[in-house]
Amino acid sequence: MLTLTLAQRDTMVATCIRALPDEGCGLLLGTSHGVVVEVVPSANVAASARVYEIDPKVLLRTFRRADEEGLQVIGVFHSHTHSGAYPSPTDIRQAPDPDWHYVLVSLAVAPADLRSYSVVESEVTEEVIDIDEGTNSCTDD
Amino acid sequence: MLTRLVRYSFFGERDPMSAVLRIPTVLRPAMGGETTITVEGTTIGAVLSHVTERFPAVKGQLLNEDGTLHRFLNVYVNDDDVRYLGGVDAPVVDTDEITLLPAVAGGAW
Repeated sequence: MLTLTLAQRDTMVATCIRALPDEGCGLLLGTSHGVVVEVVPSANVAASARVYEIDPKVLLRTFRRADEEGLQVIGVFHSHTHSGAYPSPTDIRQAPDPDWHYVLVSLAVAPADLRSYSVVESEVTEEVIDIDEGTNSCTDD
Repeated sequence: MLTRLVRYSFFGERDPMSAVLRIPTVLRPAMGGETTITVEGTTIGAVLSHVTERFPAVKGQLLNEDGTLHRFLNVYVNDDDVRYLGGVDAPVVDTDEITLLPAVAGGAW
């Protein structure tokens, strides 16, 4: 299960809309229990409507922050601009960590559809998203 | 030069005269479960070659057959991405901190 606030959900969707026509993306800082503490938007350095890549500088900075603040990088979000909120074969093949949460934001429908998955040895499982009304934060890169 | 002397808290204690390699979570099972290891080599290519000799299971995740960096691996020397420092030829000195992070990429295609 992934726990996030409405504001964090809105940040992910807004990041993806701002990135149009390219895919938008970012990282999720949080706890090992799947609670998102901060959404960290990233530039899509692939600059593509079909693929994304997190900015390596954002990646390093976010991992360092996680260690310094006792948090973890627990996942990644990105958009599919013209297809559903489900991991593509590319997403599955390149999933970097079996413990991560993979959030997909589909902009092919309105309002945007946001879903979260685990990807373990190429097996995709959708997980529940619990919307918490707390005060977890987000940042803009 | 100052940045070479900075010790980030998350690296923990280390030998100040050896370069240190920080290992990402996903590679730790194949690298003895270590978070950091001391490494040898005066270039990134030499460092990673020594690492793959010590941990053969990760060779395909670090280097291509031709010795270049794997496409889905980010390598940093202190704060700098080695792609902008010469790739496998990027220099390494004893006080450097090398960080490996898997590229985070994908997409609808």
